[in-house]
Amino acid sequence: MSHHLSPKRRLRDNLLKVLLYTCAALTCCLLMIIIGAILWRGLGNLSWKLLTSQTSYLADTIGIFPNILNTLYIILVSMIIALPVGVGAAIYLTEYAVNAKFVRLVEFATETLTGIPSIIFGLVGMLLFIQILGLKQGILAGGLTLVVMVLPTVIRTTQESLKTVPTAFREGALALGSGKWHMVRTVVLPNAMDGIITGSILSIGRIVGESAALLFTAGFGLVLNGFFESLQSSSATLTVALYIYASERGETGVAFSIACILLILTFLLNLAANQAGRRLMRKGQ
Amino acid sequence: MQHPRESGDVCQQGGSQMIRKRALENGMKALFLICGIVSVAFVLLISIYLILAGLPAIRQIGLVKFLFGTRWAATASDPSYGILPFILTSVYGTAGAVVLGVPLGILTAVFLAKVAPPKFAGVLHTAVELLAGIPSVVYGLVGMILLVPSIQKIFSLSSGACLLAAIIVLAIMILPPIVNVSETALRAVPKEYEEASLALGATKMETWFRVSLQAAKSGIAAAVVMGIGRAIGEAMAIIMVSGNVANMPSLTKSVRFLTTAIASEMSYASYGSLQRQALFSIGLVLFLFIMLLNAFLNLIIKRGGKEP
Repeated sequence: MSHHLSPKRRLRDNLLKVLLYTCAALTCCLLMIIIGAILWRGLGNLSWKLLTSQTSYLADTIGIFPNILNTLYIILVSMIIALPVGVGAAIYLTEYAVNAKFVRLVEFATETLTGIPSIIFGLVGMLLFIQILGLKQGILAGGLTLVVMVLPTVIRTTQESLKTVPTAFREGALALGSGKWHMVRTVVLPNAMDGIITGSILSIGRIVGESAALLFTAGFGLVLNGFFESLQSSSATLTVALYIYASERGETGVAFSIACILLILTFLLNLAANQAGRRLMRKGQ
Repeated sequence: MQHPRESGDVCQQGGSQMIRKRALENGMKALFLICGIVSVAFVLLISIYLILAGLPAIRQIGLVKFLFGTRWAATASDPSYGILPFILTSVYGTAGAVVLGVPLGILTAVFLAKVAPPKFAGVLHTAVELLAGIPSVVYGLVGMILLVPSIQKIFSLSSGACLLAAIIVLAIMILPPIVNVSETALRAVPKEYEEASLALGATKMETWFRVSLQAAKSGIAAAVVMGIGRAIGEAMAIIMVSGNVANMPSLTKSVRFLTTAIASEMSYASYGSLQRQALFSIGLVLFLFIMLLNAFLNLIIKRGGKEP
């Protein structure tokens, strides 16, 4: 067919083809350079000692164990609050709400929250939780800030999975004499579990990757603390620690090791989210 | 509304149990309602606090002087609080990232959705997803180590940390979401459109560029606006590569964005000072930018939904 193209058309066609392949190749190169650079520079510096010790000027050691713990703590604190509140809001919106205006208001609110840059969450988190509520910089203030940030994700994914539960299930439960809450607890929620899990994984991914919102709320501390101690004392997560080591201490080797850990974590979380998402899709069909 | 179950309950169970059950039902309903209200309250709180915290400094400095003043020297003996350099840097930086990142992203999406063999597309898609999830500080680190020294060498500058470096990092950062969303939009284009175009004698290229991209227009537009949002709100990646000096924007000069101005000075701005208040005002300006963008995005999505 292409034999009959006019020269001008064929030239344009070939140019577009070249353009398309160049762009795809360029994107591939960028991907490989970034992933390659992180693995190349990061894996070499990664050692058991780095992972299990803490940074100390006295002993002249550098370790990221406290930051690993802080990241886990902040995931725990944020998810313990965001998960029930988010799931609860989603249940209200899909199961209970009769006022369409209120539903639209909440949906507008969650959409708005999704678009707000994390530095603004950090700013408001600092204002609200530290200046006004009087918390100290630490995991609690940071975690609460992140709750606001991940709430939309939890609400939206839960809502989507609640919508995939067939109406017949609900009608069946109600017809058998179940109350609404009983129905939600025994019929709707178990069937929506996959979606809630997907939402949680996505939220955890966002928490792990967050830095700007944590600078002034969770702080820069590199000291090893217990869980309850760290709630109210300055504690840097892995991402914030990366920033500190890279731009304030000039320890690029350590920074790349953290980047490498974050890359692997992101990969695992993506994998998990895809798995959960696929199960959700299958159920939706 | 009278449910049939209520009369059945009364027959089987005692009255007190019935009351307890109804109390539980109502309690749970109230609890869920509170959860819904909390999420709305957060948005209100954020907006109200940003406005409350941002206004005093603007009032003290003067709106015009604050927005259009070209000199920011918060800690000088003769302090000056003009944020025009930050605004322009944010606008130029975002525009630059969009100019570089959007065409690249859209064309890559066309390649992924239409040209690439499924297996290769799968691998590339996984890599793009991985990049979409990587924390922004990691981009900053890679930019700081790979990009900044190269720019320094190529342009023989005293420091490679400049607007150009920030633009490139931002362009790479907005690439994954643009590729992902555009790819989804392109895959959703009905096969019949493309088949009809091919049957009419258009080449594959003409079909993809003139039919598929046209049909996926609103999805791609949403992707672009999302990319803009991500670029304008990014802080940590560009603070590491932009040099962080409050210059008027120029490609090879060290610059400061709206976001990085907040991030870099907040840690040492003393409590209650005008400097700190002005930083909140910068947050307010950034917030307004984002809200405008959101409104624009909603408009695009709404218009896209109306098309047949």
